[in-house]
Amino acid sequence: MTVNLNEGDSSGTTGAAGGGPVDAAVEPSKATGRGALIVRRFLRNKLAISGLIAILLLYAVAFISPLFSPYDYKFQDYGAFLQPPSPSHWFGTTQIGEDVFTQTMHGLQKSLTIGLLVALISTFVAAVVGSAAGYFGKWSDRTLMWIVDLLLVLPSFLIIAIISPSLRGENWLWFVLLLAAFNWMITARIVRGMTLTLKEREFVKAARFMGEKPWKIISKHILPNMASLLIIDGTINVGSAVLAETGLSFFGLGVQPPDVSLGTLIRDGTRASLTFPWLFVFSGGLLVLAVLAVNFVGDGLRDALDPSSKKGRAKEKKKRRAERDEAQEQPAAAEAGARKREDDDR
Amino acid sequence: MTTAEIQFDESTTTPGGPLLEVSDLDVSFPSEDGRVRAVRGLSYQVSPGEVLGIVGESGSGKSVSSLAVMGLLPQQAKITGSIRFQGRELLGRSDRELSRIRGRKIAMIFQDPLSALTPVYTVGDQIAETILVHGKGKVTKQAAANRAVELLDLVGIPHAQQRAKAFPHEFSGGMRQRAMIAMGIANDPDLIIADEPTTALDVTVQAQVLEVMKTAQEVTGAGIVIITHDLGVVAGFADKLLVMYAGRAVESGVVEEIYAAPRMPYTLGLLGSIPRLDAEEKQPLVPIVGQPPSLVALPPGCPFGPRCPMHVAACDAAEPALSIVDGNAGSADPHRAACIRSSEISATDADPAEVFGAEVVEPPKVASIPREQREVVLSVDEVVKQFTVTKGVVMRRKVGTVHAVDGITFDIREGETLGLVGESGCGKTTTLMEILGLEKPTSGSISVLGRNVGKIPAKDKKAIRRDMQVVFQDPMASLDPRMPVSDIIAEPMLVHGFAKAEIQKRVPELLSLVGLRAEHAARYPAEFSGGQRQRIGIARALALEPKLVVLDEPVSALDVSIQAGVINLLDELKAKMGLSYLFVAHDLSVVRHIADRVAVMYLGKIVEIGDVDTVFGRPEHPYTQALLSAIPIPDPIKERQRERIILTGDLPSPANPPSGCRFRTRCFKFAALPEDKQRACLDEHPPRLRRGDDHEVACHYAEVREVV
Repeated sequence: MTVNLNEGDSSGTTGAAGGGPVDAAVEPSKATGRGALIVRRFLRNKLAISGLIAILLLYAVAFISPLFSPYDYKFQDYGAFLQPPSPSHWFGTTQIGEDVFTQTMHGLQKSLTIGLLVALISTFVAAVVGSAAGYFGKWSDRTLMWIVDLLLVLPSFLIIAIISPSLRGENWLWFVLLLAAFNWMITARIVRGMTLTLKEREFVKAARFMGEKPWKIISKHILPNMASLLIIDGTINVGSAVLAETGLSFFGLGVQPPDVSLGTLIRDGTRASLTFPWLFVFSGGLLVLAVLAVNFVGDGLRDALDPSSKKGRAKEKKKRRAERDEAQEQPAAAEAGARKREDDDR
Repeated sequence: MTTAEIQFDESTTTPGGPLLEVSDLDVSFPSEDGRVRAVRGLSYQVSPGEVLGIVGESGSGKSVSSLAVMGLLPQQAKITGSIRFQGRELLGRSDRELSRIRGRKIAMIFQDPLSALTPVYTVGDQIAETILVHGKGKVTKQAAANRAVELLDLVGIPHAQQRAKAFPHEFSGGMRQRAMIAMGIANDPDLIIADEPTTALDVTVQAQVLEVMKTAQEVTGAGIVIITHDLGVVAGFADKLLVMYAGRAVESGVVEEIYAAPRMPYTLGLLGSIPRLDAEEKQPLVPIVGQPPSLVALPPGCPFGPRCPMHVAACDAAEPALSIVDGNAGSADPHRAACIRSSEISATDADPAEVFGAEVVEPPKVASIPREQREVVLSVDEVVKQFTVTKGVVMRRKVGTVHAVDGITFDIREGETLGLVGESGCGKTTTLMEILGLEKPTSGSISVLGRNVGKIPAKDKKAIRRDMQVVFQDPMASLDPRMPVSDIIAEPMLVHGFAKAEIQKRVPELLSLVGLRAEHAARYPAEFSGGQRQRIGIARALALEPKLVVLDEPVSALDVSIQAGVINLLDELKAKMGLSYLFVAHDLSVVRHIADRVAVMYLGKIVEIGDVDTVFGRPEHPYTQALLSAIPIPDPIKERQRERIILTGDLPSPANPPSGCRFRTRCFKFAALPEDKQRACLDEHPPRLRRGDDHEVACHYAEVREVV
């Protein structure tokens, strides 16, 4: 069918119509749902895909490469103290002759999981608590915000110091929870504020009058509309969680020597970063790489979720322009009848 | 002190010449896609004491052209042509020079009075400031303050002395706009530019403001340029009219001439798209299809071509010039139109409905059954909704009750549209939310399809929701911006447990039902225009095939030409699906067009209810009469003959309603009554009494008065 002038022109007239039609070539028979659209928009973003691949590669390298390494992360090479990178020790060795490569890879295994899990859990808790407080209001709001304020006021290291003896020797996943538990409060407060404004919007009211259940409304309407905030919060949390874990190690919780994590490696390496850079550069560099990859994925997700973002449709613009030129060549008079029916009050 | 002291501005008007002369004005802005040519070769003149109306859809360049006159366009705008004010060229002058003219010689009244007033200064101070700034030390502070009070009094603000000390937030919308007008005329300007001065206001307040502007014009003798999208507003007010489309004037001339014999299809369409309050029988509304073209890369030929029903191949050859229409060459203000077929239009004298091929929608089949025999879809009985006002944070205590809705009763039968009208703040929205919320009201009862919502268990409510859907006012806010259209329309069906395959089938069906295409389903709401978004909202409401659709001002956020399309759609759907509507609106002409019955609300009570022709044709309650007389009719001759009932003041606070009849504080009838007769109004609230077949009025002294 013909592409008419009005449609192509919509981009210039109003701010709302900003980008004009996105998917010019969708088969008319199948209605595409939100999920499929988001996936499609996400896959269109090259940077996000490379970020995703980078994370997967990091995981693969972290778990596979130690299998092929001749050393164990605890192994001490008495013939090589503080040696710079060489063919036998790719990333060099430490003061007591440990192989930095195997240590870094071993640390990466844990730190990646810690970073991603803590970010996921804390952002999730923040979203749930904040939106519930904002949406339901009344006593649930008061109780939840009371808890949030309490956790904000109490110094977290004090609580950790109290709890840590009983957790010593337990599974390290415990401190993932502990880290997450002290990370979500501020975001929750922001989420609550945004929920309060979103709750009054007409589309939320419309959903309520349709008979939608409250939690469905929160998950379908309220949270997606603050996705940008949540995603940015999540990506920032990944980096900070990896470093915060070293803070916990100070209390004797978390990763204890001889076990290592990226956090502990960075902490130990910074002291000698200028004189023996290999102790620090590799672990630091991998952390930067991981956080960067997560950020790219986050950006891609945000653009995919946000229909006003132009990223997901950069390609279409050129295509559309070509179509518009084509349409202009066709005699407009022939279309008048068809257009009238189709474009009533565009 | 006398006003004479402040007449510091010795007149410098060149006698005889036009006050403002705009010729070949071009304004363009840079944008990402290229230069947006917002105004293209606009020319007009305004003589002293003359009112020029500039009319057009949003985005037609009408506001930009007047901002250019004021010199208020942003730096990056490129302006060429000439703007001469009292014989002096304004273009190319520095901001400092222009500032001397602005405010003293040219005043501007903006659309949004809240953002145009500074919230941290009192209204009186702000008006005094404009006098002081241009007084250059010749005016004392005291004199300026006195003059400010005088001006506030002039624009009809009661107790001006005290109100001058109030802050903008303590003023209602209409009072703020009046304060803006006072500020505008403070320095006795020679030209007043009013940019949509009444768009944000209620009809009764709109009438007040227009009246004040007339007074302002009489007092100052200034020329006025009034910009609006509403042809009704300018009909009775303007002397000359300029219709703009895509940055150009497409028709200009004397008001009477243009309304009586429009010669450009666009003007024809605009006039045909307005529902008429004075329409005896239902007239077809003309929707103008399509939307204005992009001003970045205009194709050659008439810019209105793609939307024009009279489009021929020759239209695409070149953009038609604004030329004098047949038989008008001799007059001083010739009627001009930019259409190559204008002579054909004048030869046939076609009316809009003919040209655009609009037809009246057939009434639904159920309408032929007598009302009493039809099923009651919604019945609202003595419903009261109160809100408690509390004070304090720690120790909450009750300080009062707001009677938002105070005992209203009405019912809607199958296939019927009830229009609920009233000023903002009268309780319309609260009533709607009460009905939609399905909660038990403070007292009284609401029944949907014969079931009392206060008494049914929670799980049955979902079934009721299925039969009652809502369309909201703001098409932007009522659709989740993060959801594609298919999911938006599918949502109610998902909630009510439709099968996936069924939903897949229904979504394209619904889209085509409301006049959209099936492939629109994968787009996001932001990619649609206002009218289309409202159609999506309607499609969502119809997804469950409800019996009753509640429409909360569904067209008030839309341009007139688009409004007509949506109203026609609602009419069609009602006939096709046998729907009943509860139509809330403040625009009575829309209600007259679409409703079968109408209920007029004032301060939480229904003051008049009945069949639409009776209420509009023979209104008996003074408030209904005032409301109706405030609606402008797009017919300059009729409009000038009409007697307007201007309501004084604003809606009283519902927290503290007047005793007896709630309307008495603003009632013209009450004011004219002898004291002994006023007692009844003061002491008891008038009951709603039957006055005709389907007509009930709540007034002690009801009598018919024709106002349309």
